Amino acid sequence: MPVVEITQVVDARGLSCPMPIVKTAQACKGLPSGAALELVATDAGSIKDVAAWCRATGNELVEQTSDGAEYRFVIRRK
Amino acid sequence: MDEPLNLVLFSGTDDKLQAAAVLAAGAAALGKPVNIFLQYWALDAFRADRIALDHGLAPEAGPAGRAAVDALARAGQAPWAETMRQAKDLGAVDIQACSLSMDLLHLESTDLDPLVDGVEGVTAFYLNAGEGQVVFI
Repeated sequence: MPVVEITQVVDARGLSCPMPIVKTAQACKGLPSGAALELVATDAGSIKDVAAWCRATGNELVEQTSDGAEYRFVIRRK
Repeated sequence: MDEPLNLVLFSGTDDKLQAAAVLAAGAAALGKPVNIFLQYWALDAFRADRIALDHGLAPEAGPAGRAAVDALARAGQAPWAETMRQAKDLGAVDIQACSLSMDLLHLESTDLDPLVDGVEGVTAFYLNAGEGQVVFI
């Protein structure tokens, strides 16, 4: 797995739907094309929401990991 | 995904307004335009001097529902007006007051919170709604 350079971290820990996606969308607007952000969330609903958001907006879900309590998503802006 | 989401808000309790704000924010995050039409008690909740007040919960909430809503607020969930503001920052969210409801409640546009973009009738609302879904809350 190549190392992706993270331009911005979006900390959505403790926030519930829709805020993880709202914050991701806000951050993504400010990124140059090709740059990546990392979303950290505790809301289990994020898994499906992030995948759906990426599919709908054309942004790339590069990587998704979890340690059980936190979910981390690396998203590259299209 | 390009058709607008059209929300007609009638209910003025905090739980229903929060649910509406979540729907609006979710659509805005997906790049979907949102048109909101405020009627009756939802319009009343958007009054500048009332928007931050406690609007209560729908009857089905009961005491257990109240406790659950308060717990979520304590855990940091933003009030519905703030969620609406974030939705507007994120995407094309247009909030219009129903002119009939303005008459019903004896309101002027200056009485409304700046979140409200204008006053219109149902015909204009339907024109802007296009082929998008219309949801009534």
